[in-house]
Amino acid sequence: MNGISGNYKFLASHEWAKLEEDGSVTVGISDYAQEQLGDIVFVELPELNSEFNQEDEAAVIESVKAASEVYSPMGGKVVEVNTILEESPEIINSSPYQEGWFFKLKPVDIAEFDNLLSPEEYSELC
Amino acid sequence: MVDFNGWEMPIHYGSQLKEHEFVRESCGIFDVSHMTIVDIEGKDAKGFLRFLLANDIGLLNQDFDGMYSALLNESGGVIDDLIAYKLPSGYRLVVNCATRESDIEWIDSHKGSMEVTVSERDDLSMIAIQGPHTFDTLSNCFSSNVYSDLSKKRPFQGLQEGETLITTTGYTGEIGVELMIDGERAKAVWKQALLSGAKPIGLGARDTLRLEAGMNLYGSEMDENISPLECNMAWTVSLEDESRDFIGKESFKRKKEEGDFHVLKGLLFKDRSIVRSNQVIYFDESKEVKGVVTSGSYSPTLKKSIALARIPPSHTETCMTEVRGKINKASIGEPKFVREGKIIF
Repeated sequence: MNGISGNYKFLASHEWAKLEEDGSVTVGISDYAQEQLGDIVFVELPELNSEFNQEDEAAVIESVKAASEVYSPMGGKVVEVNTILEESPEIINSSPYQEGWFFKLKPVDIAEFDNLLSPEEYSELC
Repeated sequence: MVDFNGWEMPIHYGSQLKEHEFVRESCGIFDVSHMTIVDIEGKDAKGFLRFLLANDIGLLNQDFDGMYSALLNESGGVIDDLIAYKLPSGYRLVVNCATRESDIEWIDSHKGSMEVTVSERDDLSMIAIQGPHTFDTLSNCFSSNVYSDLSKKRPFQGLQEGETLITTTGYTGEIGVELMIDGERAKAVWKQALLSGAKPIGLGARDTLRLEAGMNLYGSEMDENISPLECNMAWTVSLEDESRDFIGKESFKRKKEEGDFHVLKGLLFKDRSIVRSNQVIYFDESKEVKGVVTSGSYSPTLKKSIALARIPPSHTETCMTEVRGKINKASIGEPKFVREGKIIF
């Protein structure tokens, strides 16, 4: 898959998790998801310090077409939010795997990362 | 690509937002061949249409002039909205594709003993060219005579070039034209327009453009149970000639006199969360008085969430709705947001 390396893993519902060197996990949506949604015009991001279980609803994105939920690929506490997206949600379309990240989590159970889909497994779903 | 009432049509050709902006700033070309074209001819065509349409076709003086009108049912509900043109041979109606069959049935069923022929022109394609650079594009697609004649026309006029009808109409709030044209010729014009810098525009941008322009979409702003009074179409119902009878006239007049109906307004929301059709609008915490969103989307020109909504006329300042449990407040204004590239809300 283009634009990503081995430390990205996926939920079947099109979110990615990237394991960072400091042990935190960055979350975003896949290139396929942004393409299906079309131009993204609004995001509702989680509050800092909010906590999720794996696959909890964590954010909402609206394209011109429709609103969609974003599920957290892993359980944990939100330690950073990409607030730039609130003013410039189109970054998700132009850079879904880098600048278009949604939030960073401090994971509860790192083993959850291993249970996610590999880029190859995920790409078979698209 | 999506199935749009049996027509395979693109939502966008890459980016809906970029297409929208391109029409506001430059020139877009739309394949709108899904629209249904019906020619009404014969000795009684004028009398027939004066009875069938809520607007008075008798007001069209020159050939190729057009007018916006509704087809009403007996109870004054909108069966469809359309544009009617006067042609040398009779009249032409351009109606919606979703209502094609029911419209043609309705028209046929009212012919009675009148001498009229109703023919669907499915041999014609339809192209819209819209945006401030429309006439630059046209100068590359048509002869200089056609170009110069067209540039003198007011909105809702037209001319014929060979078999092609060109009218100064559209669905974007920009200057522009619509062409009713033979399929082969349509392909040539399309190619020529692209070469001269126009870009193709999909259904997605067509919808946000018309929403910003405050133009109605059949099935959203109006249907068979909605009066022209409730969808900002009262101005298309002509009562000037009192002797003219038309379908829905009595119901329309009665409702107008009673005065107890909601009206179509434009809403500009404070928060960016998108407010979509059928969402309930209210005016205070009690939520006793309600309205409804008929069309809502993100406005690429205002960069805000906008909507058309049917609300009680007593409320003219502010209103609110709930999106995922959060209140989004809006200011109320006339149901139009953008005209010729400028924000007018």
